[in-house]
Amino acid sequence: MQTKLHDWHVRAGGRMIDFSGWDMPIQYATGPREEHLRVRSAAGLFDIDHMGRFEVTGPDSLKLLQRAQTWDASRMAEGHAHYSLLCSESGGIIDDIFLYRLPQSWLVIVNASNTAKDLAWLQSLARGMNVSVRNRGADTCMLALQGPAARDIVKPLCGGTDLDQMGFHRVRECRLLDAATILCTTGYTGEPGCEMLLPAADCERLWADILAAGEAHGLIPCGLGARDSLRAEACLPLYGHEIDEDTDPISAGLARAALCMDGHDFVGRPALAAVAAKPLPHRLVGFELIDPGVPRQGYPIHAGSQKIGRVTTGLASPSTGRFVGMGYVDSRFAEVGSEVQIVIRESPKAARIVKRPFYTSPHWR
Amino acid sequence: MEYRFDEKARYSKTHEWARMDGEEAVVGISDYAQDKLSDVVFTDLPAVGKELKKETAFMVIESVKAAEDVFAPVSGTVTSHNEKLVKAPELVNKDPFGEGWLVRVRLSNAKELDSLMDLAAYKKFVETL
Repeated sequence: MQTKLHDWHVRAGGRMIDFSGWDMPIQYATGPREEHLRVRSAAGLFDIDHMGRFEVTGPDSLKLLQRAQTWDASRMAEGHAHYSLLCSESGGIIDDIFLYRLPQSWLVIVNASNTAKDLAWLQSLARGMNVSVRNRGADTCMLALQGPAARDIVKPLCGGTDLDQMGFHRVRECRLLDAATILCTTGYTGEPGCEMLLPAADCERLWADILAAGEAHGLIPCGLGARDSLRAEACLPLYGHEIDEDTDPISAGLARAALCMDGHDFVGRPALAAVAAKPLPHRLVGFELIDPGVPRQGYPIHAGSQKIGRVTTGLASPSTGRFVGMGYVDSRFAEVGSEVQIVIRESPKAARIVKRPFYTSPHWR
Repeated sequence: MEYRFDEKARYSKTHEWARMDGEEAVVGISDYAQDKLSDVVFTDLPAVGKELKKETAFMVIESVKAAEDVFAPVSGTVTSHNEKLVKAPELVNKDPFGEGWLVRVRLSNAKELDSLMDLAAYKKFVETL
């Protein structure tokens, strides 16, 4: 599949790869490291049109959402956004999502790889309810503008809308230049910025207009490579790495961010209550290599001769210059400071468990 | 895409190069190879004294994308490796035929160099890819 910006990426020299069925730019000629650092220092523009997005409307909207996802949506005011999860009866993670509350509807943003699965799941739960779940992937386009300069770039384009004044994890309808836009102060990089839903027909023109307006602020287009290293430094989970249907939100450390266990009756809640009632056998942690080497998904984590876990994400962190990663380990080794080894091509490399995230933007400090 | 080449180097089909410098060969990867790898983040350099066998993997280069084997373009013994890459692996990207060299090798069979592609042949080979 191709996003609405596919031809632009090819013309701009984007290096195209397959990402769960989507032909996406992994990087431009600038290179992933430079793109990453630019988002930290100025701003980057990402095509995230591959992400799934559903509009939920009708009298039973809240009823459906309270059944389908783990955050108590009744606590969300109009104009608020929140991270959440879709869980199975057994408490496994079907997907991680973002929920946006608009005046007349809700938006659910999901992972590209899970779009069809999630839509079928929501529609199956909606049976017998007076609610519509509509895929908005075709008639909208989705972009992310991330970095400390995002605010200054957006302000003149959106009639003076100030992202800082909006606050973090907020959503509003506005005009970006002449286009009806849903503007959200969310993102997947650990930087301030926004994500935007734009009319599909105007997508390529607006992409170019934003890039032109941002040029003086240092804005460049960024590919999926930078997106992945940015989210990894910020320790934001990626579906298929830190989370999947065999992992639960509590072991993944997402309870505070995404779970409300004391209110609504969502699918998976009894199973998760059972998980929470007992000590966790393993937990997601962050680690740093003491010996140099690049950890990658699937590498074993050892304590001495004993295998105690596995790597879910690893990288040479461009912002910190350290080799870092995340992984699941036996809870006895999950404390910050624990010494473990990451086994890289049969060779154990010394590592220690460290606090997450690996990088915090000055904006949040 | 315009790639850089070194006219004095000889090239393997797996995109390593070897260039005689005095009695030894300097070995690295080509500009084409570094471009395909994307940003290099770590080089797992072989110890001095390691025996290389032509067309056999002797080290790994880690890029943002993946860990890739580097195959010896010639047989011989490693006499030194590029210490600068420990702190600055990006030199492989910036200057693959110069500061981004990998190892120096004392050849065990100088004739092996003749079996590698010269500049014209390698350029032609890259064009077919």
